[in-house]
Amino acid sequence: MAMDLTQFHQIFFEESLEGIATMEAGLLALAAGGAEAETVNDIFRAAHSIKGGAATFAFTEIAHLTHVMETLLDEVRAGHTEPTPAVVEALLAGVDCLRALLQAQKLGVAADEARRATVESRLIGFLGAANPAGQATTPTAATPSAPTPTAAVATPLAPDTPSTPDTNNASGWRIHFRPHRHLMQSGNDPLRILQELRRLGEARIVADTSALPGLHGLDPEDCYLSWRIDLLGSPSRAEVADCFAWVEGDCDLDISPLAGAPDLPALASPPSPGGPSGLPRSSASPASPASPKPSAPGPATPAGAEGGWTPGLDRLTSIRVEIDKVDALINMMGELVITQAMLNQLSEQLEIAGVEKLRDGLAQLARNTRMLQESAMGIRMLPIGVSFKRFPRLVHDLSERLGKKALLRLSGEQTELDKTVLEKISDPLVHLVRNALDHGIELPAARRAAGKPEQGLLTLNAFHQGGNIIIEVSDDGAGIDRERVLAHARARGLIKDDEILTEDRILDLIFLPGFTTSHTVSDVSGRGVGMDVVRKNIKDLGGVVEIRTTPGQGTTFRVRLPLTLSILDGQLVRVGEEIYILPLISIVESVQVDPRQLKSVASRSEVYRLRNDYIPVARLRDLFHSVSDRAALRDDGLLVIAEGDGQRIGLFVDDLLSQQQIVIKSLETNYQRVEGISGATILGDGRVALILDVAGLIALSKGWNKETSDALRDLPVSDRQGATPGVLT
Amino acid sequence: MTSAAYAGTLTQSADDTEGKEQYLSFIIANEEYAVEILRVQEIKGWDSVTEIPNTPPYVLGVMNMRGTIVPIIDLRLRFGLKTVEYKSTTVVIVLKVHAGGRERVMGFVVDAVSDVYDIGRAQHKPPPDFGTAVETRFLRGLATVEDKMIILIDIDYLVDVDLLGAGVAPPPAPTLAPPLVA
Amino acid sequence: MACILTVDDSATMRQMLTFTLETAGYQVIEAVNGTEALAKAGQVRADLVLTDVNMPLMDGITLIRELRKLPQYRFTPMLMLTTESSPEKKQEGKAAGATGWLVKPFNPEQLLATIRKVLP
Repeated sequence: MAMDLTQFHQIFFEESLEGIATMEAGLLALAAGGAEAETVNDIFRAAHSIKGGAATFAFTEIAHLTHVMETLLDEVRAGHTEPTPAVVEALLAGVDCLRALLQAQKLGVAADEARRATVESRLIGFLGAANPAGQATTPTAATPSAPTPTAAVATPLAPDTPSTPDTNNASGWRIHFRPHRHLMQSGNDPLRILQELRRLGEARIVADTSALPGLHGLDPEDCYLSWRIDLLGSPSRAEVADCFAWVEGDCDLDISPLAGAPDLPALASPPSPGGPSGLPRSSASPASPASPKPSAPGPATPAGAEGGWTPGLDRLTSIRVEIDKVDALINMMGELVITQAMLNQLSEQLEIAGVEKLRDGLAQLARNTRMLQESAMGIRMLPIGVSFKRFPRLVHDLSERLGKKALLRLSGEQTELDKTVLEKISDPLVHLVRNALDHGIELPAARRAAGKPEQGLLTLNAFHQGGNIIIEVSDDGAGIDRERVLAHARARGLIKDDEILTEDRILDLIFLPGFTTSHTVSDVSGRGVGMDVVRKNIKDLGGVVEIRTTPGQGTTFRVRLPLTLSILDGQLVRVGEEIYILPLISIVESVQVDPRQLKSVASRSEVYRLRNDYIPVARLRDLFHSVSDRAALRDDGLLVIAEGDGQRIGLFVDDLLSQQQIVIKSLETNYQRVEGISGATILGDGRVALILDVAGLIALSKGWNKETSDALRDLPVSDRQGATPGVLT
Repeated sequence: MTSAAYAGTLTQSADDTEGKEQYLSFIIANEEYAVEILRVQEIKGWDSVTEIPNTPPYVLGVMNMRGTIVPIIDLRLRFGLKTVEYKSTTVVIVLKVHAGGRERVMGFVVDAVSDVYDIGRAQHKPPPDFGTAVETRFLRGLATVEDKMIILIDIDYLVDVDLLGAGVAPPPAPTLAPPLVA
Repeated sequence: MACILTVDDSATMRQMLTFTLETAGYQVIEAVNGTEALAKAGQVRADLVLTDVNMPLMDGITLIRELRKLPQYRFTPMLMLTTESSPEKKQEGKAAGATGWLVKPFNPEQLLATIRKVLP
């Protein structure tokens, strides 16, 4: 039966990547000097595991590299080699190479042999005399073809027989087998061994019962019998010896060629029960005599489960599920929410006896559905620590490269969020961290001069707040100099020279495309990726990012994200005949419109005066070029002030309807992206309602204003007077 | 329809058993058009749609189809004809369309559904050359069935051309006049 | 139907072992380390124990030693799955009471052949 092992490749890759993460974390801890006794063992075990799997699947490059790493790690844990920074760096390089090899193997592309060779020779250089390079032998790969039945590596037997060359004796072998008294206590069964011999050839077996005591002296757990076996046929000596491989030290054994073999008398008197030659039976044997290991078996026998979190424990309480299954479940949950809303709506329109009970039942259904949904969403949640754990290595490498000293502090790693949101927020976070190290934290000399400790502090903090997750990236560096930002933006033509901006608006300039304050594009945080991409990615997730900074003291980037992508808390609004949804996260406030506060600016755009601020307003009909019934544009009604991309806009609505959980349906699946609309949903009555995208509306409104002003410009002068926006098209 | 019935209508090669495909035909402004039946997902009566802002006039909006959001396109408007009032016979044909690199589901409003025909490669004649007067790339060809002329449509092209990649407030759709006026 | 207790901290290994053994008709109980194995061994009656050596919390050799202390496991075959073919590890295992060993990497055929030797 040949078994296809490729089905296990996937889990091997997943597990190995986890193992690599463990190794990396452990090595970084070693480098920082904060390692515990168990750390080296954890690293060793991780490498060992990967080696085992790689060898099984015949991934020879991976097996070889991990073998070298494991050998070095063994020396470190045995105390033969000091984990100096050089050693740790070499091992970290090994980890990186291993990651690359795994990736290559996964994708089915060729591995970078040169890199592996370099990494390996660097590691081998640290191996002490006790374990010279030559002994880092290649681990045996599993032979794909059917092997000999015995899997144990055959060890030659005790040399009491003259070492004859392994001649295939045509006639066979004579075997004398005398188990020691306690052979069976290792779970071995002489009968089994005899059966095994039988499989090699025709066997004539004679038992010697002479040592059998009477019934009174008989201990059923002891073995008193011995045998003489004449094995006919042509098995090799090694094959015969193999059958006894496991009981080597527990018996007296003689294998001689059959032809002319002396008929050995019963072997010398049965050995004393105390224990034969061979292994002492003390269960507390700290180390085998062959190779003294200075380190006590501490790694092997921890004193009970010593507090602290070990990777193995987590696996006790979790299972792997394919992401498709989870998504299918979540989709069904979404449909359930819609159905339940429909039923609710219907019940509100009913006027029959007993409708109260129906309503109660439906209210209960609504509660149950909500709880079920939260559970379902919860399945897709992962702790943000999954993303955070790449940062120790990143900060370590980057600060070294930049010549800066930085301490990374993580908190809130257990805070959970949706898997997809987690995946998509990782890159923006990386950029923010790189940015903090590159532009935020000063060089040690500068920090000293400023009276700060040489080592800068970089904090990543995550917590839940009101249905969202907040992630803060903070540094205690130089802060953002608003004057410099302003000057730079002007120099780049991003704003006009005479434009006056609030403090917050100045900081927002950092997020404009084409903005970078470095004169040389630092390859660390400049090239290709900019803050504008960071903000866009966050926005695509339905989130926002804010900056708080104090010059000389530090900066905090605060990212606010919804917990999940497929559901949002929405505010239903009515504009004319249509119902739209505004994400609650975008709504700042709503006010009753006071027509006196509504002003036109140069006959082009409208603004609304709210307390001390002028907020640009827009009418959806205009933005959407709606050709539907253009009844009198109401100047009363409500103004919803919404926020997107760091800017605010006031939207006229006729009515604020309910707030509810919205299941987001894609418009792009069958149609395409529409500016100003982020998706659609199905209301309780089966109608489709569009979900508004505030940042898109702001962009549209700027475009519309331009259209209007252009059109106005083209009108003859006399017609321009009194032209009000909204009349065109 | 038997192959014998076709025989008299052919002017070219007589092998009419080769490569027959089934087509669903429908009427727009008294002209008969057809698409491959394999593209047809379902046929619905007209229902209200939710308008989508800043789309060409022939994109009427979207409809909820068992939980999926499906865009609805008025083929009359797409062809540059005047729209008519939607009646009880007005029909929406829901098709699987290949556009923008993947498969999508879209609904098309037509005057009425006509019939299902077996049309072989041999009956499938290329569209005539109208010069630049008429946009013909959406025509896969013309077929003659029972003395009628059926216009075979490339629905992917009709959708792809300016629908996708359109941004904000696009200009009015280019006029697509049907190749023949009855 | 014989019951086999498999102990290995590698999920890959556990999956492969379970798949191979179950396909061959054995019942399999899995454990991720020695501690869990000891707990489960107390609840079921395993006819054979297959254990990895290098595991966190409690390694394979210690597990075997502890299992041998349980009356129902005094004579149960217990095999170590080890990547090391060094004599010391084998001696250590034997001293703890191991029946024998299987050297990794092995393929499914080798595994099943070995098991057939110890299980009737």
